Amino acid sequence: MWQWFHRLGSPRWFYQASGKWLPWLSGVAVLLLMIGIAWGLGFAPQDAKQGNSFRIIYIHVPASFLALAGYYVMALAGAVGLIWKMKLADMVMKSAAPIGAALTFIALVTGAVWGKPTWGTYWVWDARITSMLVLFFLYLGVIALQYSYSGQDAANKASAVLSLVGMVNIPIIYKSVDWWYTLHQPATIKLTEAPSMHPDMFHPLLVMILGFYCFYAVVLILNTRTEILYRERRTRWVQDMVGPAGESGQ
Amino acid sequence: MMFRFDSLQDFLQMSGHGPYVWSAYVISIAVMLWLVISPLRRRRQLLAGVLRQQRREAMRQHQEESADDFVTENRK
Repeated sequence: MWQWFHRLGSPRWFYQASGKWLPWLSGVAVLLLMIGIAWGLGFAPQDAKQGNSFRIIYIHVPASFLALAGYYVMALAGAVGLIWKMKLADMVMKSAAPIGAALTFIALVTGAVWGKPTWGTYWVWDARITSMLVLFFLYLGVIALQYSYSGQDAANKASAVLSLVGMVNIPIIYKSVDWWYTLHQPATIKLTEAPSMHPDMFHPLLVMILGFYCFYAVVLILNTRTEILYRERRTRWVQDMVGPAGESGQ
Repeated sequence: MMFRFDSLQDFLQMSGHGPYVWSAYVISIAVMLWLVISPLRRRRQLLAGVLRQQRREAMRQHQEESADDFVTENRK
């Protein structure tokens, strides 16, 4: 068990293993997203009340899911890096921040665009929307901390602490639609209940959520691999990989 | 399952909601493409940098060797 843990913590091992997973994972992600987008845009029925603007849900909900799941990934990696000094965990934490920020941005923008035809406004200071904006700033904070220290160790520690403190915001986001009854509608999908959507609308959403999970894994791996190369660029194995022995730079 | 729109025009307009739906999709896909492209571009630059460094070092080594040869030649 510990051997496995140590091997997983080795950036070199991760770099080589993830190179083999990437093509498969990317293929699945692209396939699911293409099917999901076509299904959601053209084939799912329109909503009785909201009409076609409802089709934004197929981006909005999966992006919001991953914006939150990505925060768990970042905070968990930060904690592992902080406790066990695992180098790979620090790299994952750093890589997760810009991805999470981008997904939160997508969730906010699609929400705003959806809000206009539905609520008549792009933006309200609703509890859910405001707590998502806080999430966006937390991601930006972690990115900023990574660049504000000259030593990598100090930067890792500071970012990990900020991401762990920011965990407070996560239950607030989840519960915001129940605690404060404002504009944002309650959750469409709950793990504990049957979905409140018609299956014809729900199935493409499920495909999109799965596609977004795969997409997230792909970009997290891509970012982490690049970060590994950057931090290990002076080590023997990177030098050998780039040099005359392996010109291709796999 | 069937296509819900009568024509391409109908599909693009989405009974008035077209601009909202399409801009949401286009912006999201653009951001997602950026998420894929930016680590790949950074990686390419990194690898090129490592290769450049290696070449520079090899060249310097080569020059030092020939300089040594020159010195030994003159001492003869």
